[in-house]
Amino acid sequence: MSNKMHVKLNVNGEDHEFLAEPRELLIYALREKLNITGPHVGCETTHCGACTVTMNGKSVKSCTVFVAQANGAEVTTIEGLGQPDALHVLQENFKEHHGLQCGFCTPGMITRAAKLLEENPNPTEEEVRFGISGNICRCTGYQNIVKSILSAASELNSAKEAAQ
Amino acid sequence: MKDEITREDRVANLKGMGCSRKRVEDARFTQGQGNYVDDVKLPGMLHADFVRSPYAHARIKSINIDAAMALPGVKAVLTAQDLEPLGLHWMPTLAGDKQMVLADGKVLFQGQEVAFVVAADRYIAADAVELVEVEYEELEVVVDPFKALESDVVLREDLDLSVPGAHGPRKHANHIFTWEMGDQEATEQVLDSAEVVATEEMYYHRTHPCPLETCGSVASMDKVNGKLTLWGTFQAPHVVRTVASLLSGIEEHNIRVIAPDIGGGFGNKVGVYPGYICSIVASIVTGAPVKWIEDRMENLMSTAFARDYWMKGKISATKEGKITGLHCHVTADHGAFDACADPSKFPAGFMNICTGSYDIPVAYLGVDGVYTNKAPGGVSYRCSFRVTEAVYFIERMIEVLAIELDMDPAELRSINFIKKEQFPYQAPLGWEYDSGDYQPAWDKALKAVDYKGLRAEQAERVEAFKRGETRKIMGIGLSFFTEIVGAGPVKNCDILGMGMFDSCEIRIHPTGSAVARLGTISQGQGHATTFAQILATEIGLSADSITIEEGDTDTAPYGLGTYGSRSTPVAGAATAMAGRKIRAKAQMIAAYLLEVHDDDVEFDVDRFVVKGAPERFKTMKDIAYAAYNQAIPGLEPGLEAVSYYDPPNMTYPFGAYVCVMDIDVDTGVPEIRRFYALDDCGTRINPMVIEGQVHGGLTEALAVALGQEIAYDDLGNVKTGTLMDFFLPTAWEVPNYETDYTVTPSPHHPIGAKGVGESPHVGGVPCFSNAVQDAFRPFGNRHTNMPHDHWRIWQTANDLGLHD
Amino acid sequence: MIPAAFEYYRPASMEGVIALLEEHGDEARVIAGGHSLIPMMKLRMAEVAHLIDLQDIASLSGITIDSDGIRLGAMTTQHDIIGSAALTAAAPIIKEAALQIADPQVRYMGTVGGNVANGDPGNDMPGLMQCLDAQFHLLGPDGERVVAARDFYEAAYMTDREDEEVLVEITFAAPTGGYAYEKQKRKIGDYATAAAAVQMSKVDGKVATASIAMTNLSDTPIWSEETAEALIGTTCDDAAIKSAIAAMLGDIDPTEDNRGPIAFKCHAAGIVLGRAIKRAWSRA
Repeated sequence: MSNKMHVKLNVNGEDHEFLAEPRELLIYALREKLNITGPHVGCETTHCGACTVTMNGKSVKSCTVFVAQANGAEVTTIEGLGQPDALHVLQENFKEHHGLQCGFCTPGMITRAAKLLEENPNPTEEEVRFGISGNICRCTGYQNIVKSILSAASELNSAKEAAQ
Repeated sequence: MKDEITREDRVANLKGMGCSRKRVEDARFTQGQGNYVDDVKLPGMLHADFVRSPYAHARIKSINIDAAMALPGVKAVLTAQDLEPLGLHWMPTLAGDKQMVLADGKVLFQGQEVAFVVAADRYIAADAVELVEVEYEELEVVVDPFKALESDVVLREDLDLSVPGAHGPRKHANHIFTWEMGDQEATEQVLDSAEVVATEEMYYHRTHPCPLETCGSVASMDKVNGKLTLWGTFQAPHVVRTVASLLSGIEEHNIRVIAPDIGGGFGNKVGVYPGYICSIVASIVTGAPVKWIEDRMENLMSTAFARDYWMKGKISATKEGKITGLHCHVTADHGAFDACADPSKFPAGFMNICTGSYDIPVAYLGVDGVYTNKAPGGVSYRCSFRVTEAVYFIERMIEVLAIELDMDPAELRSINFIKKEQFPYQAPLGWEYDSGDYQPAWDKALKAVDYKGLRAEQAERVEAFKRGETRKIMGIGLSFFTEIVGAGPVKNCDILGMGMFDSCEIRIHPTGSAVARLGTISQGQGHATTFAQILATEIGLSADSITIEEGDTDTAPYGLGTYGSRSTPVAGAATAMAGRKIRAKAQMIAAYLLEVHDDDVEFDVDRFVVKGAPERFKTMKDIAYAAYNQAIPGLEPGLEAVSYYDPPNMTYPFGAYVCVMDIDVDTGVPEIRRFYALDDCGTRINPMVIEGQVHGGLTEALAVALGQEIAYDDLGNVKTGTLMDFFLPTAWEVPNYETDYTVTPSPHHPIGAKGVGESPHVGGVPCFSNAVQDAFRPFGNRHTNMPHDHWRIWQTANDLGLHD
Repeated sequence: MIPAAFEYYRPASMEGVIALLEEHGDEARVIAGGHSLIPMMKLRMAEVAHLIDLQDIASLSGITIDSDGIRLGAMTTQHDIIGSAALTAAAPIIKEAALQIADPQVRYMGTVGGNVANGDPGNDMPGLMQCLDAQFHLLGPDGERVVAARDFYEAAYMTDREDEEVLVEITFAAPTGGYAYEKQKRKIGDYATAAAAVQMSKVDGKVATASIAMTNLSDTPIWSEETAEALIGTTCDDAAIKSAIAAMLGDIDPTEDNRGPIAFKCHAAGIVLGRAIKRAWSRA
């Protein structure tokens, strides 16, 4: 067992400090040390995306990031996207369009979709499908997920237009 | 009292059956507030990990745990030796066999559980696994079931061949059972004298349900109170409680099994796995809660697989295409232990639905189960018990017969459909189909896709291909399926002796809201939404005022769980029946409050009204309050009901699917151009949820048909242990689907609902497969086995000379 | 899937990195995005006692395009590549290839340096860099040396890089003419069943230059000079493409795996190459 190191993480706007072995995986640090259990462990080999979080502005699979690498990073998880009384537009649209079933992939899927819309606010269906191709859903067949994301994009865009 | 809103509004406010009510589950799931088993965190909780066999067949010479135990933080290392005094080194399987919990003297498949390491955290546990020294002596590996039946290598040395197995005598040391249905002699007579006979052999490959959440459990033994609490990924929590009690000797009332949110099941979470048992024992041994969560490789290598059926069929017909007989033999590879999750009396599940949607006068089915050096299992992966295999078999046999007859496969189906007036239909292999109206559904589907136009396009494409103008060929995949779901009648269906009823218990609160608890457990199907809709319609309270609870055996009534599309057919019926009990009592309360005779009030949406005087009524809210605050002569206070529902029959959903596919013969890459799915699941409770189930089931069907398999090499090594090789399609590989429906209610189900979650998988697999095979039919293809991944499609093209 | 324990370092300079590599030899590995290495460590197929994280070394990142050519810092991610309009203008084949690697999340983390240095025959960038005739700059205790991508790969996971060296940057001349990166795979996230990188130029309607490399069809990427020669001087007609494919098939040596048997892979390689050549030629 190696020595533990001091890790600092800013998660969803809040600073956390804890001791951890360097080999600990970011996903377990979030889930078990910080009790942020939205992101899940699905495949452990970067194929499923259930563990997706945003780290320093990038969508990453937190099962394949050592906590040592993440030391000093800013992390956003599904818990940081919206609040119960002010849901993120993607959260609203996933509910509205039945974009989820068992819910296990949903936090990673929405977190990824949020980043996608940030980078490409007006995606085509093809771009949405390509943009979420790092996230596997076993339940929905994706059709309603794609619908949810496209609908969220159009809502965001109308809101933007209205604001201008 | 003046009613201010219209009846229409009152119906809408109920959010009852038939509306696309938004799901109540989604608030927590979209905010990352689901509560899955790996989210369970208890003070002092330890983490467990398995030492697993690298070999498919080996004798264990020794296990040395000293180095592992010496690692700081390791609390226990359990082996079969530790479990033996408790009688827990083996456990019974759902199929009447037994299975090693931890390797007892030998290992029989790669990935088999050998030792259970318990440590302070997951990292130490993983390190300790590496330190357990196991000395193996490799034995000859048998992975081919046909060779297994001829081999001198005895896999199961614990079994005595002279003693019959759970399903009768065994023919060979590696043989498990023979199961026969129908009339063999009569069938063979018909086949021998038939005008046309088509025969085909097909392998339905081994695959795996692979839900996104793997299996796991957290066991917490409270030694002070003698209570065991077990959280886990259980599709049947009550059965787990009973099994845990029988195995551990802990009385059942002292065991609480909790299935929290489940991240998909698809059959994978029906079985009882060694990890569950070991976590319980480890909690008893260490006195601390113990968590065991398998990783993805462990999930694919050791927990229950699906399919692995070698099917041989013969179908006979007149020259005009009227089918006269069907013969089917299956060699079923069950792996190292017979751990199929089927009702006890059905060792091949409901494979005897293999006459499909067709009026076949005589048929025979024989199934031989075989042991091999592969993982045990044989679960219904998004289907009722072995129904996917059955439907694939008949839908392939129809296509092959169409080739033999040189007939259009859509027309051949039409000629042979069971007719509406034949229902209830007595099928030759033992089932009584409850209701169906196949021809209109088929016509609707063919019309929707312009079937004739597609065939004309395909014919043109063949010519263009032959002229060298294109390298893409076109396939039209058809399937018409009849499912058999909703196990089931207690008279013939049980699991470990527990009849396959299900249950619902309702409590109406004084202010007119309610909680209903069921014996089932949602894994994404949306029970909390849809069961509340059934109740809303039945009891006249808004679905939004009804909480549905499942999965906690301390509070939920006993039920057999959720798999085989049984929730709506069985628990949904129980819900309606319990609701009707509530309504019956409410009627008496209403009559008392309205000062009329019981028979003079009638139920209307959300209230009882005096017949002929609609302005005189009591709403269900009024009645609920009265049930608690008034002394009503002859009635107990309160408003509660419970129903244990034993269905009189299964339900038989059906559907018509069409897939249009283009195939690049050079790369073997298939492109799905169009997929049309018409489902008839009887009464539709929530169209939005139904559509979602269809999309999901079709996608799992696409995966299985086009690439998803658990493959082994000759040494029994799993070749598809990660999601790199085990095919789970992403959004990029999946098309949009067109959904459609007809409604043919079940005559025996209280609300006429039949179940739908598995139909798209059952009907989808043959539809995708038929599309591939149909594309090659004009070039001489008769049958090729799934999965139709790129290289196998390419191989078909190559074998047919299309690369010359 | 839990990796074995290791010591972790995050030096701020390359001197620090080299010193650590010298100290720990083959027990040390550098980590960039980690998306090849970490899964191997989690499966305990790679044992790394000392892990040296390169993320704080600013000199390793960045894309430079000037008259000397193109320079990609080793820590440039696939995502950076896809997002760089200047790079896409100068060498569009790189973006075309990068978009076919893994999935969006992996492309945020996966670096070009890691992709080429790891030596995994499934990786796409090594073949691409051979096609572009890139130079790999290796920094070690004795300073920097430059190795051509075409000379770098020895066998699966075996390269010319010494244990104490780090691949710090990749340079190449801006390619001219048409390009194509064609990849057949089973699904998003998969390695290639067969992939071809083609860069070719046209003069007077004939192929003037051509460079072709194949991926995941041998235990190293295969840059095939004969394949290119079969095209040069031709009008890139069907006969020329056919002989190019024949030449390529003589150079690859695929093995059977879950993607299919050898015969299929050879056939797919031919198809993929033919399509890549046609697309590149149409852009030349």
